[in-house]
Amino acid sequence: MNGILTLLTVLPLAGAAIALFSGRHGRGVALVTSLLSLVLALVVWLHLPADGAMGMVELHPWAPSLGIEYHLGVDGLGALMLVLSAIVTLMSVDAAHRVHHQPGLYYALVLALESGLFGSFTALNFFHWFLFWELSLIPAFFLIKLWGGPKRGPAATQFFIYTMAGSVALLLSFLAVFLSTGVMDFGKLADMAANGTLAQMVTAHLGAVMPWLAMGVLAGFAVKVPLMPFHTWLPAAYAEAPSPVTMLLTGAMSKMGVYGLLRIAIPIFGPQIAALRTPLLVLAVATVVMGAWAAAAQKDLKRIFAYSSVNHLGYCLLGIFALAIPAGAASQGTQAAALNGVILQMFNHGLTAAALFWFVAMIQMRSGGLRGIDDFGGLRKPAPVLAGLMGIALFSSLGLPGLNGFVSEFLIFRGVFPLSWVAGTVAVLGLLVTAAVILTVIQKVFAGPVPERWAEFPDLHASERLALAPVIGLMLLLGLVPQLIVDTINPTVMNLLAHWRF
Amino acid sequence: MLMQDVGAFHPEFVDLSTSTAAQWLWLIPAVPIVASGIIALLRQPRRKPAAALAIGSLGCSLLIALYAFAHVVSNWASGITTREVVNFTWMQTGASTVDLGWVLDPLSAVMMVMVCLVGLLIFIYSVGYMEHDENFTRFFCFLSLFAGAMLGVVIANSLLLLFMCWELVGLTSYLLIGFWYHKPSAAAAAKKAFLTTRVGDIFFLLGIVWLFNATGTLLFYNHGSGSMEGLALANLLTQHAGLGLSAAGAIALLIFAGAVGKSGQLPLHVWLPDAMEGPTPVSALIHAATMVAAGVYLVARVYPLMAAGAPLSSVGAMAGTTAPLIVVTWIGSATAVFAALIAIAQNDIKRILAYSTVSQLGYMMAGLGLGGVAVGLFHLITHAFFKALLFMGAGSVIHGCHEEQDVRRMGGLWPVMPVTFATYAIGMLALCGFPIFFSGFWSKDAILEAAHQSGFIKGPYYLLAFGALLTAFYMTRQVSYVFFGKWRGHGHAHESPKVMTAPLAILAFFAIALGIIGTPAWPWFHAFLDGHAAAIDLHAFAEADFLKLLGTSAVIVFLGLGLGWALYGNKSPAAEEPDALEKATPWLWAGLRDRLYVDEFYSATFIVFYAWWARVADWFDRCVWGGIVALVTWLFRLWAQLNRWIDNEWVDGGFDKTCDELSSGGGLLARVQNGRVQIYLRVLAVAVVALAVILIWSSRS
Repeated sequence: MNGILTLLTVLPLAGAAIALFSGRHGRGVALVTSLLSLVLALVVWLHLPADGAMGMVELHPWAPSLGIEYHLGVDGLGALMLVLSAIVTLMSVDAAHRVHHQPGLYYALVLALESGLFGSFTALNFFHWFLFWELSLIPAFFLIKLWGGPKRGPAATQFFIYTMAGSVALLLSFLAVFLSTGVMDFGKLADMAANGTLAQMVTAHLGAVMPWLAMGVLAGFAVKVPLMPFHTWLPAAYAEAPSPVTMLLTGAMSKMGVYGLLRIAIPIFGPQIAALRTPLLVLAVATVVMGAWAAAAQKDLKRIFAYSSVNHLGYCLLGIFALAIPAGAASQGTQAAALNGVILQMFNHGLTAAALFWFVAMIQMRSGGLRGIDDFGGLRKPAPVLAGLMGIALFSSLGLPGLNGFVSEFLIFRGVFPLSWVAGTVAVLGLLVTAAVILTVIQKVFAGPVPERWAEFPDLHASERLALAPVIGLMLLLGLVPQLIVDTINPTVMNLLAHWRF
Repeated sequence: MLMQDVGAFHPEFVDLSTSTAAQWLWLIPAVPIVASGIIALLRQPRRKPAAALAIGSLGCSLLIALYAFAHVVSNWASGITTREVVNFTWMQTGASTVDLGWVLDPLSAVMMVMVCLVGLLIFIYSVGYMEHDENFTRFFCFLSLFAGAMLGVVIANSLLLLFMCWELVGLTSYLLIGFWYHKPSAAAAAKKAFLTTRVGDIFFLLGIVWLFNATGTLLFYNHGSGSMEGLALANLLTQHAGLGLSAAGAIALLIFAGAVGKSGQLPLHVWLPDAMEGPTPVSALIHAATMVAAGVYLVARVYPLMAAGAPLSSVGAMAGTTAPLIVVTWIGSATAVFAALIAIAQNDIKRILAYSTVSQLGYMMAGLGLGGVAVGLFHLITHAFFKALLFMGAGSVIHGCHEEQDVRRMGGLWPVMPVTFATYAIGMLALCGFPIFFSGFWSKDAILEAAHQSGFIKGPYYLLAFGALLTAFYMTRQVSYVFFGKWRGHGHAHESPKVMTAPLAILAFFAIALGIIGTPAWPWFHAFLDGHAAAIDLHAFAEADFLKLLGTSAVIVFLGLGLGWALYGNKSPAAEEPDALEKATPWLWAGLRDRLYVDEFYSATFIVFYAWWARVADWFDRCVWGGIVALVTWLFRLWAQLNRWIDNEWVDGGFDKTCDELSSGGGLLARVQNGRVQIYLRVLAVAVVALAVILIWSSRS
């Protein structure tokens, strides 16, 4: 298993290099590469250490004088994100089969983005991690800028600048930490945070800046997830990006923010975040409720699902901030339930949201680019299979039991309610509003009389059904047998909670 | 006298080592669900295999259910009432587990037999009713999924599993209400049903989460450590939840909110009448017999929690009650009257029955609150049969009258549709509670009697008695319009095929026969559910209390029937003519016809609030957050401009530029007047620089 994580990160880059020069065969290269990546990611997932600790560690000196090491490793959380990124990339490549303009470059950028995702989900040293965090931004920017919708320019710029601003805050915080301690390794920093030396050293060097550093780090991740009010880049970027790229943005890239909170912010700045718990919980609840409600006001399917994504990731934030509570104030059982829910929700949202944008892509392809909910009606009649499969994905997003989304939302509420019953109680409103939004989509797009122009709306053809079958199957499977994931992440959850100090 | 042994007192159930029947109980929901999956994969026109799969699978479930039922009954007959559970761990989070399981006890046994039996009859009936529908296959797919999910609700031994099946039942209800999705009204009704019940469900979910947190388990029974068992309940009673409630009371009320949504109780009843947009077999199965009764079943299932803390008393059944049970009683009683009132002024044959269902569900809730599990459940079971019968009879009428649903455009059907008429009349009399011969009389009487005996509150008794009068009245009105008088419709009505009338006859049989197991002389049903021996005691019929109540309720029923017949019997008014009651009290009629404006009220409040708040959220996003972002961007731009200006004007320009600035500061006017000044000044500046360089150079040496 030695070196598998490096191999995993390099593989898409190599694929990208080949794709770049394969022109219209780029899609084939990308399909093969992303399939291989998925296999590798699954191998990693299946060979995790049973105790939930870091596995497959690679540690080499890089620039020792600067505290920079080549340090890779994954636990249940990291490995699940690898699998998710690989699945979403494969789905995205599969969905993008009509790239007319510079296909080689397009697929190369998608693969480069995958490499950035893999790198940031495996790196355990700040320098190394930050490199990939920033690297993933560049392909995403160009994918929006070059292949996006009519307003792609401003959307791409806003996306880039927003994330960069967050990154700068993040970088400054870590520079301060490095200047005070000379350490960049996440594990070492977490240990120092746990025994209190980190805060001492930072305070000794720079004064009482720890809360500010925590806020800088939080800002970086809050933009990425996003947490309200740092989300305004998202609707435009998701709507203007080509749908396969939106799949990557929401399915995988948004998880970088949640992952960062769990891997970096909470372990290193636990007490500072716990001190900010109440305002953060307010923002998380606002993200859940207002995200759902803002979705209700949209007319564009992509903007609806964009806000719905904000809402669903809000549950993750709710769970994380709720469990950031000083020791003794909560039982580890509820924290463990919440954290399991958060990690499972990351995967479930990635899968479901990517599937929803894929369906939008299919609808757009058939409608000549139209995607407003008022543009359609009665599509269930000409396209029953599309309606049925998209219906399953929509109900998964709604949180229907028997499908994947319910399990994680249940675990989050089960954990959050005892930790902060006010936040939990207000946030259930989000479940109601989301249901209203999703059912409105079904009603307007699939029910009612069929307008004449859509009487011949083509249904899914065989290859599309075949491509979607595993995705929909996975939604059903994880709804009934969530232990497929939970059994593996639970040891990691226990391990993380044992090390965290608030 | 009738229910001496129910209420707060819970007899001990023996926990056997699990039998074969219990081990294989999961097959009962699993078989229809698998069948539904297979039907989903069939191509559309495959009618016969689809119907055969659905009917066959539910028949299978019925056999297993009967076997399990016989097993429980035989145990009970030999003196031990059993409750067998099979539990398993679904997943583990942290050190705690999330467990699921199923339970075989008298409550689940009775319910599963009813669901399978009524379901099977309705499946068979649907083959005829949906014969010409293009989505026949899809219909049986959804119907099978519904049956599986509903049976899952019934056998669940975990509140979580129950909730999951509960939501799936809601999904199939949504799909089947909106089955004719091309009709905008059907699509809207489906959405309304799902969302209204979900309002209740989010409270239900909070209750589940709270119960999980407080007791550490969601299993009902687990050999003493389940959440409905003594230890957990005692623990819940010691925790205070504010408003004078214990945690047990608060959780019970939250769970009851879920039941209010599903069972169409006030104030969440608005979806059920609209749900009649679905095909009639769906109305019969889901929105009359089974799903809407799931709320009642839920309350019965968590009854130990509902009744937790009731002081035990030797005086009578209802000597002690609890806050949740009082709420259940009042909501049930109020719903019973409220819906019966509205039913009077409806003209759609199915809507009358829908409001009647809401009203009867209120009776069941009141029965649970006042008399205990057996009283509520007995009415649930008898109602399932006679209301399914009425709906399917209505379907037969609609079918025979060429899809006409307005009762004013029917009339004189009894000689044309004799089987439908005879069975419908039986269902109607059972629903009205016609004395002695019909099951509905015995089940409704038990509720009235429990209300009458209630030590604390008399209000529900009067409400329920008034509701019984209204029930007899609106049903007489409906039957008069449909079957008597002259034919006022279009074309010729005809009797329905045998595949539809045979199930009617079977249901009619049960609508009468079921009464036998619930009379005071042989209260078999109540004894079975409560775990007592059932003895035949004919003297119970002769007790003074019983006779008094029998007399009262007979008077009420005959009054209702008589009033109805006096106003509507054999009148055959034209469809456009105002109703007999409308002539008497137009304002009252208008209010009842418009469903007492509850829908309008919700549209003007909650719906408006929802839309308004969505716009606020959007506006907030665009203007406030977007505005702040724009402001920050603008400030950055300003800063950048300033920077550039400083760069260009102050830093980059170098010495000559600086001189330029300085000079322009002094000779601005000259510069404006004579551009060549700049050249002179630049030369001057260069000279100054040269001088400076020379000076520096010389000073070094």
